[in-house]
Amino acid sequence: MAIALQSTIGGPSQRTLVMRYLRRNKSLAVGLIIVIFLLVFSIGGSLVMDTGKLAYPLAVAPLQPPGGEYPLGTDKDGRDLLAVMIRGVLLTGAIGVMAGTVGIVVGVVLGFLAGYFGGAFDMVVRWVTEVLLTIPGLILLIIIAGTIVDKNQVSVFTMAAVTSILAWVGPTRVVRAQVLTMKERTFVSIAKLSGMGNMEIIFKELMPNMLPFLVASFVAQVMGAIYASFGLEALGLGPAREPTIGMTIRWAVFHSAMFNQWWWWLLWPVVAMVLIFASLSLINVGLDEVANPRVRRTE
Amino acid sequence: MRLGYILRRFLFLIFVMWTAATVLFLIPRMSRVNPIRERFAALARSTGYSPKDLESIIASYELKFGLDKPLPQQYVEYMGSVLRGDLGVSLMAYPKPVTELIGEALPWTIGLLGVTTVLTFLIGTVIGALAGWPRSPKWVKGMVPPLMILAAIPPYILGLLLVYFIGFRLKLLPMGSAYSAGLTKDWSIPFILDVVTHAILPAMSLILGSVGFWALGMRGMGVTIQGEDYVNFAEHKGLKPGRIFYWYYVRNAILPQVTSLALAFGGIISAGVLVEGLYGFPGIGSTLGAAILANDYFVIYGIGYITVVAVAVSMLMVDLLYPLLDPRIRYGKK
Repeated sequence: MAIALQSTIGGPSQRTLVMRYLRRNKSLAVGLIIVIFLLVFSIGGSLVMDTGKLAYPLAVAPLQPPGGEYPLGTDKDGRDLLAVMIRGVLLTGAIGVMAGTVGIVVGVVLGFLAGYFGGAFDMVVRWVTEVLLTIPGLILLIIIAGTIVDKNQVSVFTMAAVTSILAWVGPTRVVRAQVLTMKERTFVSIAKLSGMGNMEIIFKELMPNMLPFLVASFVAQVMGAIYASFGLEALGLGPAREPTIGMTIRWAVFHSAMFNQWWWWLLWPVVAMVLIFASLSLINVGLDEVANPRVRRTE
Repeated sequence: MRLGYILRRFLFLIFVMWTAATVLFLIPRMSRVNPIRERFAALARSTGYSPKDLESIIASYELKFGLDKPLPQQYVEYMGSVLRGDLGVSLMAYPKPVTELIGEALPWTIGLLGVTTVLTFLIGTVIGALAGWPRSPKWVKGMVPPLMILAAIPPYILGLLLVYFIGFRLKLLPMGSAYSAGLTKDWSIPFILDVVTHAILPAMSLILGSVGFWALGMRGMGVTIQGEDYVNFAEHKGLKPGRIFYWYYVRNAILPQVTSLALAFGGIISAGVLVEGLYGFPGIGSTLGAAILANDYFVIYGIGYITVVAVAVSMLMVDLLYPLLDPRIRYGKK
């Protein structure tokens, strides 16, 4: 964000500028508020509650409706749903952030190498990403998760690893395209003429200019990884022992919570999932406005 | 040369199909899990029956599926059978061939996803075009942000909400399956109506979940086009707003939408698989779900292969239709 704001000497402070910008960029502001709420809820909650015990089976009385001792109720296997939500948001977020980080790091390296140096390597990268675009991501992940991974031994870390397998494709394409348009610009030629090395140009000239794109791409990959892991979880290929949000929905559907009138078992994880996806998508739209001056609103 | 371009696209299609087949050949061989052993283990778990000469039974199955031969030879034979359209036999519905199992499920999926994709694309594009048009009423413009948030939510979750409120609470529509039990499958009016009522909820989950994507894309493109000189010129020439809307604005803004459509097929299939599973709709999504539960690897690979081919062919079709929409594009001509 700071990139988009030019603070002038003697002008309003950086903080005022950020606040002012957020007031204009409503999607970014609302998205960030929801993410901060989720972080406070999950991190603060883990400090207050023993989620390491209460979010797992046989911790409390099963199928208690919300209220009293259990504000959000409990599920059939005796998990306290408040603890499940606290831990679930944390674990689900962790899967997304891990896969997103792998995706963006690999994407930046491949995208820069392909876009900046070109040649045979660029051709290989282009072909591989193009072929992968044709292959439905979830189906490929289902095949990998369903056959290579032992279904009963899936951990949160496995989920992150599996979803990382495709998380680099998007960032690689974005970075490569950006580098291609940027490397012909005058400031790069000047940097070259002034004797800067390739690495120096990449890190000092190109990277800072691409920061909004990189952040937007990262958020998109976090969202994609959570979406993919949710898809795997809904099909029963998720971490069966961990209370991620997707697994909680899977168990609620599996035990027909809806038709047994245990609505709370399904309601909370659905709300959490909606908040996660809505906030990330709002942030993404907001970042698009930062990165793309054409759609930026004037003050 | 148009022909050269079409040829290149077909080569790419073949390349994609070959890659998919190769990946599907390699993945199970990278795995330590033996599908046949898994199958017998599941049998032993559910029935308590475990043959004494298990190892020799497994060995004879490996012989039958050619798993005892060296890898390169297996690869050649596998590629040969894929080319003949033979994807092996299902383990859960043994000895039904995988192609037959997929063949039964595929029409349902094509029907559901085909109709919803066309509807979503049309509705989303129309809403987006109207939302980006300055003369539209305010409520039309206000439709895009809520639709966008809907688009961020997986269709599976929208499906859960729809089942709960419309199917379970209000009992307005059937909650699952593709037709009422007891009806005979034929082309009679009552049966078709029954299928349509059963398909409304799954279709709604898919449509609500992606209309926003198309609306957003169309609006974005439309806003850019309004600043173009030729639109200004048309306005100053005194053309009727309707004419500008259709022939200057929509006609140009729709092109990137069509490109996105080609790229969206993979996501459409992924969402369709999950929603089908939720509703017990008898398409390939439900078959895939059952195959995963039953460790039926050959069906999983078969469905993987079919979806890749389906997406690649759909992309090719859109690519070939594209020049008809945009007369400026003559592939290959410089």
